[in-house]
Amino acid sequence: MAKKYDAGVKEYRETYWMPDYTPKETDILACFKVTPQPGVPREEVAAAVAAESSTGTWTTVWTDLLTDLDYYKGRAYAIEDVPGDDSCFYAFIAYPIDLFEEGSVVNVMTSLVGNVFGFKALRALRLEDIRFPIAYVMTCNGPPQGIQVERDLLNKYGRPLLGCTIKPKLGLSAKNYGRACYEGLRGGLDFTKDDENVNSQPFMRWRHRFDFVMEAIHKAEAETGERKGHYLNVTAPTADEMMRRAEYAKEIGAPIIMHDYITGGWAANTQLAQWCQNNGMLLHIHRAMHAVLDRNPHHGIHFRVLTKILRLSGGDHLHSGTVVGKLEGDRDATLGWIDIMRDSYVKEDRSRGIFFDQDWGAMPGVLPVASGGIHVWHMPALVSIFGDDSVLQFGGGTLGHPWGNAAGAAANRVAVEACVEARNQGRELEKEGKDILTTAASHSPELKAAMETWKEIKFEFDTVDKLDVSHK
Amino acid sequence: MSELQDYASSLEDTNSRKFETFSYLPAMSPEHIRTQIEFIVSKGWNPSIEHTEPQNASGSYWYMWKLPMFGETDVDAILAECEACHQAHPDNHVRLLGLDNYAQCPGASMVIYRGIPT
Repeated sequence: MAKKYDAGVKEYRETYWMPDYTPKETDILACFKVTPQPGVPREEVAAAVAAESSTGTWTTVWTDLLTDLDYYKGRAYAIEDVPGDDSCFYAFIAYPIDLFEEGSVVNVMTSLVGNVFGFKALRALRLEDIRFPIAYVMTCNGPPQGIQVERDLLNKYGRPLLGCTIKPKLGLSAKNYGRACYEGLRGGLDFTKDDENVNSQPFMRWRHRFDFVMEAIHKAEAETGERKGHYLNVTAPTADEMMRRAEYAKEIGAPIIMHDYITGGWAANTQLAQWCQNNGMLLHIHRAMHAVLDRNPHHGIHFRVLTKILRLSGGDHLHSGTVVGKLEGDRDATLGWIDIMRDSYVKEDRSRGIFFDQDWGAMPGVLPVASGGIHVWHMPALVSIFGDDSVLQFGGGTLGHPWGNAAGAAANRVAVEACVEARNQGRELEKEGKDILTTAASHSPELKAAMETWKEIKFEFDTVDKLDVSHK
Repeated sequence: MSELQDYASSLEDTNSRKFETFSYLPAMSPEHIRTQIEFIVSKGWNPSIEHTEPQNASGSYWYMWKLPMFGETDVDAILAECEACHQAHPDNHVRLLGLDNYAQCPGASMVIYRGIPT
């Protein structure tokens, strides 16, 4: 049974290509899109990816024989064509669960997207999806509160939540910034939001911002009788400083704080999410830098993977993209990762780019946030696509209203409520959107003015998407 | 473009107080109430009726009218209970909820009769 040590370089496939392997329920599974160098056989490249992302190195070493390498190794167990693209193929790899530290997306990703991405035998490599077994999911803390608790805390039911990112992104004083928040909140928003690059610059230090924004929240709550919040961005140069800002936000009664989970780092994010859970705070997550990782179709990490990472690391909101105004294929893919954020069980569905069944067990869901370049005319489509469990966030689409932020907020609030009411009545929002909004505007001068300001949007597009292949 | 308008809302004016979903739309007509009840029934949620004095509307707990109508799917019966609550408390907000017992969270919540703010 015992093997002899045989120094030298072996082909990876001798050890790591196991087409007969049946993945275990406890395995972590990964699907990579592999673009090999010319002339290298697929099995050899797939095996190399499995080796380099798990136990292997380029040569045999004597210490391999001190362990049960056959147990610990990653196994490439399947290869598939990529529909519509002959330059690459999908490699499916199974990793035994004890290769990874419990509750550590940092550790999982250090293995799976570590050295292997610079491997010379590959021209490009993309991590398309990961199946986290429920056994691993249970070791992670997950979202601090989850969708239902957020609704109970904020008293918002039966509709999407409404937010607004304060602009200009940079340069406002703390007091002027608080004014912009107050105006939006009194007009009917549930949330205002720090922009991602608002941290603590010389023109507006974080502590003054937090104080003025809380005054804005308190007054808007007293005035409207509704509960309000502002995502206080605690992203900071160090995790200690991040925690200091989070503690102060709690001290002054803020219901929600915000973090950029990629630039801030996953270790910091997981720490912050656990603190939020222990302190009853909601956590909004921004995704700056994601496009560096997820935009190239042949290289990097797909956003559905980044979505799973965030749900495990912890966050109550995550920016998801808006769909509207983009290509049809994006709609399917976005619907796929929205399911990954919210649902407790997501089935494999290649038409949405989902490669594995994913069981989240009792882990709470994350609210998708649709933000960026949307305005009131998009509301019917947004309500139709995202449903109630979402945050619809209009920055310029609130602040750009000709009468100011309060009117802009009221316009969006009237529009979202009109769309929800119509949907509940069984009307087709994307076909009848114009009619629904026009009727609502007849009793809301704010909505009427918003519709005049941003009028060149067409509604009557075909909502039937062509479901074909998962990749362009 | 219509002329610049002020946004009328203040601490002093109790009409500025809102009460969540659909409070930025006009008060619901009987026909609107009926269609929303039909929606709640179609989702399989349990209808529930609550009411409160408008000045106390921002709390989590309103007065429950009897008990949630578990398993009730008769739209007329639900409507009759809504009206009965409104008759008994004509100055109060009356809200209708659709309780989703799987999510343990209301799937719908809306004020169907608006009270008189004081």
